[in-house]
Amino acid sequence: MSATPLLRVTGLRKFFPVRGGLFGRKVADVQAVDGISFEVARGETLGIVGESGCGKSTTARLLVRLVEPDEGEIIFDGLGLGDGMTLSELRRQAQMVFQDSYASLNPRLAVGDSIAFGPRVHGMKASEARALAQELLRKVGLDPALFAGRYPHELSGGQRQRVNIARALALSPRLVILDEAVSALDKSVEAQVLNLLGDLKAELGLTYVFISHDLDVVRFMSDRVMVMYLGKVVEIGDVESIYADPRHPYTAALLSAMPSADPDRRTEEAPLAGDPPNPIDPPPGCRFHTRCPFAQDPCRRAEPGLNPAGDRRQVACHMNDPASGHSRAGRQGEAA
Amino acid sequence: MAAPSATATPSAPAPRHRGYWAGVGRRLARDRVAMACAAVLLAIILAALLAPWLGLADPYRGSIARRLRPVGFTTPQGFTHWLGTDEQGRDMLARLVYGARLSLFLGVVPVLNAFVVGSALGILAGYAGGKVNMAIMRMIDVFYAFPSVLLAIAISGALGAGISNSLLSLTIVFIPPIARVAESVTTSVRALDFVDAARASGAGAFTIIRVHVLGNVLGPVFVYATGLISVAMILASGLSFLGLGTKPPEPEWGLMLNTLRTAIYSQPLVAALPGAMIFMVSICFNLLSDGLRSAMDVKL
Repeated sequence: MSATPLLRVTGLRKFFPVRGGLFGRKVADVQAVDGISFEVARGETLGIVGESGCGKSTTARLLVRLVEPDEGEIIFDGLGLGDGMTLSELRRQAQMVFQDSYASLNPRLAVGDSIAFGPRVHGMKASEARALAQELLRKVGLDPALFAGRYPHELSGGQRQRVNIARALALSPRLVILDEAVSALDKSVEAQVLNLLGDLKAELGLTYVFISHDLDVVRFMSDRVMVMYLGKVVEIGDVESIYADPRHPYTAALLSAMPSADPDRRTEEAPLAGDPPNPIDPPPGCRFHTRCPFAQDPCRRAEPGLNPAGDRRQVACHMNDPASGHSRAGRQGEAA
Repeated sequence: MAAPSATATPSAPAPRHRGYWAGVGRRLARDRVAMACAAVLLAIILAALLAPWLGLADPYRGSIARRLRPVGFTTPQGFTHWLGTDEQGRDMLARLVYGARLSLFLGVVPVLNAFVVGSALGILAGYAGGKVNMAIMRMIDVFYAFPSVLLAIAISGALGAGISNSLLSLTIVFIPPIARVAESVTTSVRALDFVDAARASGAGAFTIIRVHVLGNVLGPVFVYATGLISVAMILASGLSFLGLGTKPPEPEWGLMLNTLRTAIYSQPLVAALPGAMIFMVSICFNLLSDGLRSAMDVKL
């Protein structure tokens, strides 16, 4: 990795209060994101995977400050917010593409105007913004003469998501956060949009944070992958080495749940039973111990730290830590 | 004739994408019921505006000799009262046409005022959320606690009779329901991703409301408000009926209904006329707002 990463996140935490009772007192917290740290290097794609409700989307929203973090630091290109960088500048540099292509476009606005909105806000002249919107539409593969004046309901899902990508690119960001950006598209359209994202990245020198629950897509897109479980990072590292040799039992379970096109590699039994525990009241110790086939006493008592595990990888599991007291500690690789 | 196919040459002109409101107008124009209602309302409004030039009788001049004459009564002098005369011998047709001025005014203006104030309050509450929402909406709830008729009577009663006072009281009556609708629509629009996308592009709250919220909120609120016009007319008539609105001898449908009620047995047809006008105009506004609602529903 080069000297300064484009994005460095340290100890990011966001709890959403659950209010109840007569006067809306806080009765509990949803521990959406609980102290996660990671880095994204210039020009790489970091994939984020995990089950629904594990904090993937909250992480995305925290990164573009749609949600204010309770704690933690987000350093963008060596500069922190309010410490060398204004919010407006951060918003020019980091943009986001949402999952729901329809809800993320104003139905009353022609798509060309939706794309031109950001640059207009940042002071571009109307005529220049319109020209830029046309250029971006061409860049995402839509003929501006045909599409600039159309309304979102006149477009297909794939076309709308191309418009959303164009809108995100309108401010010339360096970091684009793709929050399940292709999950709602059907497979052939998904492939086209993924290729488009790849081409744009190469052409514009972008850095991606790619959030998805589709492990195949993440493998195709990402250089590194971060696995989240109940608001925590359980494993992070190069995508190929993690897919080949998962060190955390949760990662292993996720990967073995992947449907395979190879009939000789059938998934024989459900690797994970039940739903993830309630993030309002996560289990003590390791958050995964309630569903982990290797859970032992230390897992119920102490929370494992995110420790290095060779080949540029970090894993949060007691089996990875010889000092943890877990009987399998040190016998790496057996979890898979 | 060139077939408008997908294989058209690249130089072919792009299909013309009219704006959203042009599409609404087109769909509304195809709605026969809404168009019929619009025609009726237009005719009544035109008649009210052009009343002095329609060759009608003086709406204020009565005759002791010719009170409560039936529909189609012709005087010995050869003047025909097409809709009869009222309890003071005044020509009913003239009074109904002139009465439309005040009745429509009292129906439309309070709703318009309430539309402006109520939308502003509702959008502010819905977009700001949290404590601001709480403060505005709980204040609105206080007014909501009373039935609208009671509230209108109470305010008019406190302010005294008169047109401007009934205007004010009706405006106050309609602000809470409009603010309610505006607040709930704004809250749901606020939660959509395009508002987040606009925030992520660095836009301020005012710009987001102007560009992204107003266009999506004012439509449904406007439809709701058109539906209230008929309620406003009936409430205004009710206030006049109770002597809190218009004062005699001013022609106004509610007041006419009141003064003619004694004639319900002797001339039921004549006595029912102002009520029939209120009914017709109300139902036309309601059906028109229904048509507008379906025309504005893009997903239809």
